[in-house]
Amino acid sequence: MHLDHTHHGPAAVSADAHRPDGTRRALRVGLGGPVGSGKTATVAALCRELRDELSLAVVTNDIYTREDAEFLLRQAVLPPERITAVETGACPHTAIRDDISANLEAVEDLEDAVGPLDLILVESGGDNLTATFSRGLVDAQIFVIDVAGGDDIPRKGGPGVTTADLLIVNKTDLAPHVGSDLARMAADAKAQRAELPVVLQSLRGESGVAEVAAWVRARLAAWTA
Amino acid sequence: MTHAALLVLADGRFPAGGHAHSGGAEAAVKAGRITCAADLEDFCRGRLHTAGLVAGALAAAAALGLDPRELDAAADARTPSPALRLAARRLGRQLLRAARASWPCAELDELARWFPKGAHQPVVLGLTARAAGLGAPDAAYCALYESVSGPATATVRLLSLDPFDATGVLARLAPELDEVARAAVEAAGAAAGEGPQALPAASGPLLEIMAEAHAAWPARLFAS
Ligand SMILES: Nc1nc2c(ncn2[C@@H]2O[C@H](COP(=O)(O)OP(=O)(O)OP(=O)(O)O)[C@@H](O)[C@H]2O)c(=O)[nH]1
Ligand SMILES: [Mg+2]
Repeated sequence: MHLDHTHHGPAAVSADAHRPDGTRRALRVGLGGPVGSGKTATVAALCRELRDELSLAVVTNDIYTREDAEFLLRQAVLPPERITAVETGACPHTAIRDDISANLEAVEDLEDAVGPLDLILVESGGDNLTATFSRGLVDAQIFVIDVAGGDDIPRKGGPGVTTADLLIVNKTDLAPHVGSDLARMAADAKAQRAELPVVLQSLRGESGVAEVAAWVRARLAAWTA
Repeated sequence: MTHAALLVLADGRFPAGGHAHSGGAEAAVKAGRITCAADLEDFCRGRLHTAGLVAGALAAAAALGLDPRELDAAADARTPSPALRLAARRLGRQLLRAARASWPCAELDELARWFPKGAHQPVVLGLTARAAGLGAPDAAYCALYESVSGPATATVRLLSLDPFDATGVLARLAPELDEVARAAVEAAGAAAGEGPQALPAASGPLLEIMAEAHAAWPARLFAS
């Protein structure tokens, strides 16, 4: 929607690629997925990897605490003014999909306060396999599952696994301990997602978040092209 | 002009941020004041005649075209708790975004310029009703219904209360809501002649006090 073409003043909606002053806004990437799959750990790793080359900020959506935001603050992955927590009223998926207004405010306030920004990561509160981000809030979404949640999750599918722009199968280091079959998870994911990319990752491993960071860089290059 | 716009605006799924707020119910549940549907009904009745009446009158006055800056100041004066003021402004800002996308007009654009961080939600609600071609009673009804439906849905989540019981509470309150709506519209009419001081200033002290305590909790499900 481009309502501002007929009205003056601040933008009415903010899926627009430009800010009220005409500059391009930051690329917004959402991270969703089940509780404890490694969303915050991935956000933290991405911040460490990208903060020297990009201007970054993070929005967290905790379900009933500020723990994710506080974890990121404690780890000092970004200065505190670049991290905002949104409260979601017992319904994390509502705040990222059905009623995105609080999250939109958070991303806009971050751009006003510490911008210009290249990239804003929006972490959803841990939810179920049907939780996806609205296209009005993010430009791309990452769905994070882990090997410990059961190796049949890729086969079960659901909107997160099937439609996310990137699927991360996290904690591959734990696969031998929980009896998860990585090859099968990869094959099932491929079957569900056709051409959409899948990354198998262990943040405890040597390459850590590198592959996901490369994917983010590519999205950013496409966004600013 | 269409009266069906009222359904759009009053729909609980209208994306204006209300789902993250409990209208004081979370604090009341934790304090043991709401444990069942009967308690919920008492709580909602209290809200209806205090915070609800004030919100309804503010919304009706805004729908009549009173100066939103004066109404916003009047709302501040009627909201002792800083936490509740902040929540009301946040919700006002969120509602304004949805309103401008739904019923774009110069008056709403102007409001966004005056209040970049948000005006009190009932004031925005009244102007939204106006932009949608609705009248002062419609605005009052929306504000009043929200003042009780918010706590009711929140309590379903907080207590795992039977959703049919919660809806029954709202249905039983409907005739009373009619009466309070009439009073709110009447007060708004008086304010159109005499200024915002004619608006009601009823308040539930416990709601304000508990809101301050709630805002300081380290872990909570709802933003207010
Ligand atoms: N072994 C192993 N542990 C990991 C990995 N990634 C994350 N973890 C751990 O898994 C736990 C949960 O990670 P978080 O990043 O907090 O998960 P989350 O998805 O943000 O969780 P919620 O926000 O609560 O839904 C933490 O103890 C992490 O240290 C990994 O690749 N391998
Ligand atoms: Mg997390």
